[in-house]
Amino acid sequence: MKASRVIWTLIGAALVLCAGYMALFIAPDEATMHAVQRIFYFHVASWIAMYCAFTTVFVANVRYLLSHDRKWDALGVSAAEVGVICCTIGLTTGPLWAKPVWGIYWTWDARLTSTFILWMLYIAYLLLRGLLEDPEKKATLSAVFGIFASLDMPLVYVSNRLWRTQHPQPVILGGSGSGLNPVMGKTLLLSAIAIIGVMVLVLFDRYRLEVLRNEYAELKFLAESGSTNAEIAGRDTR
Amino acid sequence: MFSASRMSTARATAILLGKELRLEFRTRELLSATIVFSLVVVVLFSFAFDPSPSEARRFGPGLLWIAFLFAGSLMLNPSFAREQANDTLDGLRLAPVSSFAILLGKMLANLIFMLFAECVIVPVFSVLYNVSLAGVVGRLVLVLFLGTLGLTITGTVFSAVSAQARMRELLLPLLLLPVLAPLLIAAAESTASLFLEQPALDRTWVAFLVGFDIVFMTASWLLCDYLMEE
Repeated sequence: MKASRVIWTLIGAALVLCAGYMALFIAPDEATMHAVQRIFYFHVASWIAMYCAFTTVFVANVRYLLSHDRKWDALGVSAAEVGVICCTIGLTTGPLWAKPVWGIYWTWDARLTSTFILWMLYIAYLLLRGLLEDPEKKATLSAVFGIFASLDMPLVYVSNRLWRTQHPQPVILGGSGSGLNPVMGKTLLLSAIAIIGVMVLVLFDRYRLEVLRNEYAELKFLAESGSTNAEIAGRDTR
Repeated sequence: MFSASRMSTARATAILLGKELRLEFRTRELLSATIVFSLVVVVLFSFAFDPSPSEARRFGPGLLWIAFLFAGSLMLNPSFAREQANDTLDGLRLAPVSSFAILLGKMLANLIFMLFAECVIVPVFSVLYNVSLAGVVGRLVLVLFLGTLGLTITGTVFSAVSAQARMRELLLPLLLLPVLAPLLIAAAESTASLFLEQPALDRTWVAFLVGFDIVFMTASWLLCDYLMEE
C-alpha cells in the first residue's frame, strides 16, 4: 500500500477517535435528553457527509453529460454508493435516538419521510446502473436519472421548514430559540470533519476501483478483438 | 436536394401527438387496461379497509392518487418500450424533428390518456364511496390536471430511460414512484382540502404542484437530447 494512503487512513482514524472521545466525554450534557443526545454529533455529521456526497453525484452527472468523460461517471457512482452508506447511517442512528426520547422508532413526519425517499432514489440509481448493460448507455441514462433524483434534494431541506414536523427544529440555521453551546458546536464540527474525511477516503478507493474496472473492460474488449486487428495491421505493413 | 430545414417544435409535436393518439385509439387497449386497473385498485381499497363515509373522505384523495400513480406506472411503460421493436425510435431520430418534440408529443399523449382515465375513475369513486363532488368540480379538475402533468412528464422521461434496460416493467415504477412521492403528497393534500366540509383550494400545495411541473419540464427539456442519444 502506498505510504500516503497509509498516512491518510491513520489521519482519518485519528479524527474519528478524537471526535468520538469529544462527543462522549467532553461535550456538555444536554438539558432534557442527557446522554442519548450525544448520538446527535454522528447523526448530523453523517447527514452533512450525505449531502456532500449527493451534491458530488449531481456535479459528476452534469459534467459527464457535458464531456462524456467516463471518469465523471466513475465519480458519480462512487459518490452515490458513499452517499447511500451515509444515509443508511443517518437513518439507523435516528431511530436509535428516537426510541428513548420519543418512545417510537419512526414517525412519518416531513423530514424523515423525505430523507427516506432520498435514500430510495439513490438506491434506485444504483439498481438502474445494474440493469443497463451497454457502458455508454449506462453512464448517460444513469446521469439523466441522477439529475432528476438530485432535484429532490432541496425538497428534503425545505420540507423541514414548510410542514408540521415532530423532528427537533433546526438548531444551527433555525429561527428564534435556536443556537448551540460553543463546545457542542466544536464537537459537531469535528465529528463532521471526521465522518466526511472517512467518506472521502472510501470514495477515492471506490473511484479508483471503478476506473480500473473500466480499463479492464476496455483491455478485455481489445484483447478479444485484438487478433483480428493484428492480422489487418500485419497485412497493411507488408 | 430537398431542404434539410427543421420543422418547428410546435408543429412537430402536434404531428407526433396526432400519431400517438391515432395509434392508441385504433386499438384502445392501453386506455381500457389503465381504466380497469385503476377501478380494481379503487374497489380493492373498500375490501381492504371497509371505510365509513367520513373515512372515505379522509383517505379517498390518497387512494385516488395511489391508484393513478400505479396505473400510470404501468401505462407509461409502453410509451417508449414499443419503439424498441422494429427500431421505430431510430425512425423518429432520423426525422427532422427535435428530440424535445418527440418527448413532448409522447408526454402530451400520455397526459390525455391519463386524464381520460381519471375522468372515468373519479365519478365512479364519488359514487362508490358517497363522496360528493358538487361545487368542487372545477378546482378538482385543476388539481387533477397539475398532478397528472407531473406524473406524465417524469413518467415519459423514465419510460425512455427504462426502455433500454432489462426488467423494464419493474424498473419504471422503481424509478418513478420515489421521484413522484412529493407530487403524491401535494396532490393528495390539495385534493383532500377539496373534500372537506368547507372545500377550499389549498394555495400552498397547488403552488407546489405548479413548481414541481415547471422544474421537471425544464429538466426534461434540458436533458432530452441525452435521452434520445443512440
